[in-house]
Amino acid sequence: MKHTLSVMVENNPGVLARVAGLFSRRGFNIDSLAVGRTENPRVSRMTIVVEGDDTTLEQVNKQLHKLVDVIKISDLTKDAYVDRELVMIKVFAEPSERAEIMQLVDIFRARIVDVGPKTLTIEVTGNEGKIDAFELSLRSFGIKELVRTGKIAMLRGYKTSTKNNNYKEEEVS
Amino acid sequence: MQSNVTKKVLRSRKGNVRKRKKETSEAQLSGAEILLRSLVDEGVETIFGYPGGQALPIYDALYDSKINHILCRHEQGAAHAADGYARATGRPGVCLATSGPGATNLVTGIANAFMDSVPMVAITGQVPQSLLGRDSFQEADITGITLPITKHSYLVRDTSELAQTVKEAIYIATTGRPGPVLIDLPKDVSSSLAEYRRADKMNLPGYRPVLDADPVQVQEAARAIIQSRRPVIYAGGGVVISGAHEELLRIAELLMAPVCNTLLGLGGFPGDHPLSLGMVGMHGTKYANFAISECDLLIAVGARFDDRVTGNVETFAPEARIIHIDIDPAEIGKNVRVDIPVVGDVKRVLGQLLEILKPGLAEAWRDKILAWKKEYPLTYCEKDCLKPQAIIREICRQTEGKARITTEVGQHQMWTAHYYTFTKPRSFITSGGLGTMGYGLPAAIGVQVGCPDELVFDIAGDGSIQMNIQELCTAVNYELPVNVAILNNGYLGMVRQWQEFFYNRRYSHSELLNPDFIKLAEAYGAEGIRVKRPAELAPAIEQAINSSKPVMLDFIVDREENVLPMVPPGGALNKMLE
Ligand SMILES: Cc1ncc(C[n+]2csc(CCOP(=O)(O)OP(=O)(O)O)c2C)c(N)n1
Ligand SMILES: [Mg+2]
Repeated sequence: MKHTLSVMVENNPGVLARVAGLFSRRGFNIDSLAVGRTENPRVSRMTIVVEGDDTTLEQVNKQLHKLVDVIKISDLTKDAYVDRELVMIKVFAEPSERAEIMQLVDIFRARIVDVGPKTLTIEVTGNEGKIDAFELSLRSFGIKELVRTGKIAMLRGYKTSTKNNNYKEEEVS
Repeated sequence: MQSNVTKKVLRSRKGNVRKRKKETSEAQLSGAEILLRSLVDEGVETIFGYPGGQALPIYDALYDSKINHILCRHEQGAAHAADGYARATGRPGVCLATSGPGATNLVTGIANAFMDSVPMVAITGQVPQSLLGRDSFQEADITGITLPITKHSYLVRDTSELAQTVKEAIYIATTGRPGPVLIDLPKDVSSSLAEYRRADKMNLPGYRPVLDADPVQVQEAARAIIQSRRPVIYAGGGVVISGAHEELLRIAELLMAPVCNTLLGLGGFPGDHPLSLGMVGMHGTKYANFAISECDLLIAVGARFDDRVTGNVETFAPEARIIHIDIDPAEIGKNVRVDIPVVGDVKRVLGQLLEILKPGLAEAWRDKILAWKKEYPLTYCEKDCLKPQAIIREICRQTEGKARITTEVGQHQMWTAHYYTFTKPRSFITSGGLGTMGYGLPAAIGVQVGCPDELVFDIAGDGSIQMNIQELCTAVNYELPVNVAILNNGYLGMVRQWQEFFYNRRYSHSELLNPDFIKLAEAYGAEGIRVKRPAELAPAIEQAINSSKPVMLDFIVDREENVLPMVPPGGALNKMLE
């Protein structure tokens, strides 16, 4: 089963290498990984989609926790959450095909962000299912290039994954 | 772009430094001086190291520091010495090397400390930040190289962060499940000036070791223990690390539960106690392995179910519920299914358990085990030649089981585990997880530095000893009277044994041509004693013990003796070769 983890990390150099290294070293499969800053400049958030059974996920979780830079891990899959991915697709578009492509763009609520003499570049956001469906529908025109950001995700409603996670200076005797 | 920014920052920082220097000139120290001051303030007395270009600022500061620096003859030696020092004293071991080859020479030592959870701080010089990332002379990405073998690491970017970094590094290395922490120190950071302010606060939001176990889990463990009729305690290095040996003894006696030890757990429970089963696993005693195979409750204490202990996990402790007490939550369920996990510091958890446990009802089981101990003792056949086992026994007899023993890796290490009766924690110091040949001599040096009044023996193989033999010079240099007992079988004995058992006696590249160890010892300025006959054994050991110099004993032993019993790799514990 696929799990979507939200991993809060200290914004230190090398933290991405630590996390990525841990996954490859222990043989965990990463489906996608997206990183960026959060509302707190000292904290970055990684959204990691990882495939595995419960035992694997438990190990992923515990091993990640052992990294000193990792502050908090939440498995969003256990809750209701919203996830999004942004994709850009450069598709071959002969003048005769453009109308049909633009119709698809409308249906999927995508956007054309660049027009070339032989291609259209289309941006679409959505969850995995929508993006896969869109890609499939464009395939017959010929996809020249495709880039995906990887999934980001957030819990629904008032809850957050950052709670109990105020960055405080710890006093140690 | 990045480097421009860095340069700019550096330039402005330099400006600041100059300005500030005028105002408070006494308070300004170089990064190297701050490093040493911080180490002293954290209680560090000794560093094991080796100099080089990018470490020169640090060595210059060492020139008039009160820190005791031991110049090893190889950085690997420095790392193992720091490791041995840490294991013997419980205090963090500190090693120091220059950038590039100095740093990469530490790698085996760091990995060794990581595998055996040893508190260690490794400090490396690094090229100045302006040269980082350009394949500069003696540049190696040591934080990158050691990422998977350190508990944490730092590349220090600014002299003003150094005091904080040292404090955190020592804190991380020594707390929770201990481990090595690396501090990489670019030369500009160690030579620029900054104000030294002792760090007092930690800034580690992601690091919170759990020490006190969940009382619900402790209760549940207690309930399972009280119900058990055939309990076995499986005690690992965690008992030694957390200092839980007294609690362990009280629990074992209260429950009448036999105790088997992992290799690193030896000494955590008195080896001469009737309830002691000695070592468990591939080269475990028969009775320890039988006990695991027949128990109805296995209480794992500070142990991690290594494959050298469990053999085939499917047949490991097949009838038992398993309680796993460990400070590292990631160890729970990693290799075997666990019924009752208890995460916390082993000493505290055993203390919590002692408050609620009642005397056990395992008399029948205990008697069965005592009978096994009588029936299946460790044995070897006495011949008219020098038996390696007899040498260990004699060293044990003459030192009354009270020496600090290190080992290299191989057959001699297993015979030491079998035939030296360890009764005190921190008395057996060996490379367990990584199995590093060449560990024992430098480790013995670290042990002797940490415990100057104690008797230290490195039990060595003729192969392993040559991997860090240069450290004999360190021992001579610093007048550290370590004793090296080489069980010289002319083979990479453990390799030969596997070739005998599993590769049709095809002894491919396992026979050794050795130097004359006596001449070698003497060349280094140590004493050398060769022993060929059983009658010479006792006097030679006595002579070594009484010598004030480092002594190398060259025991010419029965060449093709095997370590037995043995569970073939991946086999069931109750099916042993003998
Ligand atoms: C650095 C290193 N290289 C290789 C090995 C594999 N190895 C394990 S035991 C052994 C033989 C050790 O020979 P010796 O030191 O003479 O000890 P003996 O087994 O003969 O007692 C070897 C090569 C190892 N453990 N460590
Ligand atoms: Mg040998």
